[in-house]
Amino acid sequence: MDFFNADILVLGAGGAGLRAAIAAAQSAPDMTVALVSKVYPMRSHTVAAEGGSAGVVRADDSLDNHFNDTVEGGDWLCEQDVVDYFVGHCTREMIQLEHWGCPWSRQPDGHVNVRKFGGMKVERTWFAADRSGFHILHTLFQTSTKFPQIRRFDEYFCVDLIVDDGRVQGAVVLSPATGEFTAIRARAVVMATGGAGRVFRQNTNGGIVTGDGMALAFRHGVPLRDMEFVQYHPTCLPGTGILITEGCRGEGALLVNKDNYRYLQDYGLGPVTPEPRNKFMELGPRDRLSQAFWQEERKGRTVTTPQGEAVLLDLRHLGAAKLKERLPLICELAKSFAGVDPVTAAIPVRPAVHYTMGGILVDIDTASPLAGLYAAGECSSVGIHGANRLGSNSLAELTVFGRVAGEQAAAFAKAAPAADARSADQARAIEAKALALLQQNGDGERHAALRTEMAVSMERGCGIYRLGPEMQQTCETIAQLKQRYQHVALEDRSRVWNTDWIGAIELGYQLDVAEAMAHAALARKESRGAHQRLDGFDKRDDANYLSHSLAHYQEGAAPRITAQPVKITRSPPGQRAYGALGEQLEAARKDATHA
Amino acid sequence: MPDTTAKTTIELRILRYCPSTDTEPAFGSFQVPYSDDMSVLQALQEIKATLDGSLAFRWSCRMAVCGSCGMMINGEPKLACNTFLRDLAPGPVTVEPLQNFPIERDLVVTVGDFVKKIESIYPYVMPKVPKTVEEGTYLQTPSQMEAYASFADCINCMLCYAACPQYGANPDFIGPGAMALLQRYSSDSRDGGQQARLDQIRGEDGVWSCTAVGICSEVCPKQVDPANAVNQNKSNSALDFFLSGLRKESVT
Repeated sequence: MDFFNADILVLGAGGAGLRAAIAAAQSAPDMTVALVSKVYPMRSHTVAAEGGSAGVVRADDSLDNHFNDTVEGGDWLCEQDVVDYFVGHCTREMIQLEHWGCPWSRQPDGHVNVRKFGGMKVERTWFAADRSGFHILHTLFQTSTKFPQIRRFDEYFCVDLIVDDGRVQGAVVLSPATGEFTAIRARAVVMATGGAGRVFRQNTNGGIVTGDGMALAFRHGVPLRDMEFVQYHPTCLPGTGILITEGCRGEGALLVNKDNYRYLQDYGLGPVTPEPRNKFMELGPRDRLSQAFWQEERKGRTVTTPQGEAVLLDLRHLGAAKLKERLPLICELAKSFAGVDPVTAAIPVRPAVHYTMGGILVDIDTASPLAGLYAAGECSSVGIHGANRLGSNSLAELTVFGRVAGEQAAAFAKAAPAADARSADQARAIEAKALALLQQNGDGERHAALRTEMAVSMERGCGIYRLGPEMQQTCETIAQLKQRYQHVALEDRSRVWNTDWIGAIELGYQLDVAEAMAHAALARKESRGAHQRLDGFDKRDDANYLSHSLAHYQEGAAPRITAQPVKITRSPPGQRAYGALGEQLEAARKDATHA
Repeated sequence: MPDTTAKTTIELRILRYCPSTDTEPAFGSFQVPYSDDMSVLQALQEIKATLDGSLAFRWSCRMAVCGSCGMMINGEPKLACNTFLRDLAPGPVTVEPLQNFPIERDLVVTVGDFVKKIESIYPYVMPKVPKTVEEGTYLQTPSQMEAYASFADCINCMLCYAACPQYGANPDFIGPGAMALLQRYSSDSRDGGQQARLDQIRGEDGVWSCTAVGICSEVCPKQVDPANAVNQNKSNSALDFFLSGLRKESVT
């Protein structure tokens, strides 16, 4: 086993991890930052984000607007002090990315352009055509190469954290290329491993999005917060789940059912205008739009495709030139993967799992309860998304809190003692455990079969609408799968590029995260944001549930779920509404403020 | 997710190599049920999940943007995720690791050297006019952006390296992808690092090694046109050579 001594260890090199590594290198230039990624950094799933990144920039916009949209979008389950910090720092980060070369789309005069996005009152979504995440990721990766103190471990897979003396002291990583292990010792660790959408069947996520970091922190006693809130993105390709960006609707795309009817007007999002207005119709929030699809399907008003039911996303009226300029990737994806040219035909779309609102519990400084462990990006729950994330708040989050995590980890590392000698023994024990799985002679079940069962069960029990008995069934199924996982059999015993082995370890991570999601969902007896129940708990219940859920890991048993108060500083919980009613309520709130 | 209504199968002939057990690569054959919407990547996933868990290949986004799943499909460098079996039916379909790269196992090749090449050309903005965040963004008109936009679309999938005869003959050649990235920054109105980058590609493994076959642009899945980047750099490098001669003369 090799040993590597770093000051700061960043796990994950997507948007948040790269931003953290750069911030750490800038704020502590004499320190070594080990940056670990299980893929080459530019393959990280940030690459697939399309629509854009929020940051108030227009004269007719304000930080208050962004704050209110975010808190309302999150159905008041947001940490409001953190949201204030967030909206106050998004634009700086977008400018910083611009300085580093991010090719944000421009207005004719050379200023950066912004587009409309769901649930946002004023245009504030910075975009690089429809490859925003791709350009942000490549910009950050390429910029990171300027810093010699960032020591990259590309294609190294984290098998466990080293935790001793009440603080995190590094991690053990496995190189798929050699099958050998390295213990990276560090005084502070930043977790930036992304989401866990792959625990569901139909999802927009890349194969690498398996909740690794969430599960690792969870197993070491850090609570996972708000895991029941899983975002369904309303417009994805049936079957593959490939994302068709909200940017389409930002540019004016319409959603119609099989009768060519803009059905969103039936779900409190109207009135209809030829082009969708901000916070109306197609520019409503993702949870409401996904729920509307579910209702339409029940009414038999959807289009049947070989890969399941769908509605139609109509971009034809935008014209070929605008589509080529603003949505080139969407045109390519629709042609390749759906056989549809958006210039001449509407794209069949349906909801698919897209984003995990919950994650590793951290405070406004991105610090977790485990000393020395920080988390940023989708793997974390810093508290800005609440029960439903608004589109374009996630890319902004990567940069705002990636930077915070890098700076905070550097500050902690400056003051912390070096890893103690016992960490080597712990590292060897971790290695032995990972090798035992490689040699395990189980009863012949492949982990691929277990993964499919997990994903189907999660979709059934924890989908767009939820029922107590179905969630209960999912909890039981996951528990059984965890039992069967103990005896999983690998077909491949070799050390070099054994992706069967890596996949098995990833499935272990996924099962822990899935279990936290299912139990947190079962415990929340109300409907809020992306968590909607149809079994008598179909209303928001602030009296009993205006609180975060915390899932606590228990070895060999289901996670324990507790509640944590929500920090409300200046926006008391109100009725969440879009369309005409939303407009009326906002006017009333304004009057009350000025009265 | 494969369509369960698939009625027919297709043969995939996959080049297999495991360093601990094989002395040299050999083809293995698999029959996979297939439907019209199934990609080569989905076929590989199906094989791994149900027929042979040891098959090694890279993949992630499955939507042609992460650049992980480049491989030779029927002898052509392709992304497996957006190459569809319907276009290759009735088969058999030959799948091999990307040409011109060392094989680590099965369809997995060594990427590190390519990444080092990318890092060698200063792939970041060296600001012409430094600015603080408080001063806001630089101005860049759409036409200024157009000058480098297509080069910025490169997904680092390495298909152009697999197609490039010069890279095949000389692995030290900087290659089309890195040249496109160089051009992406050197053509950016915000950047002042042109000279530093030109100095990087002046040598025998640099821009002049290119024999102008142009196949790199033909196989690019993102219409990046690295051949154009190489050509622009030949002009810049020639001009630079001429100017450096003048600079030296003016010194003496």
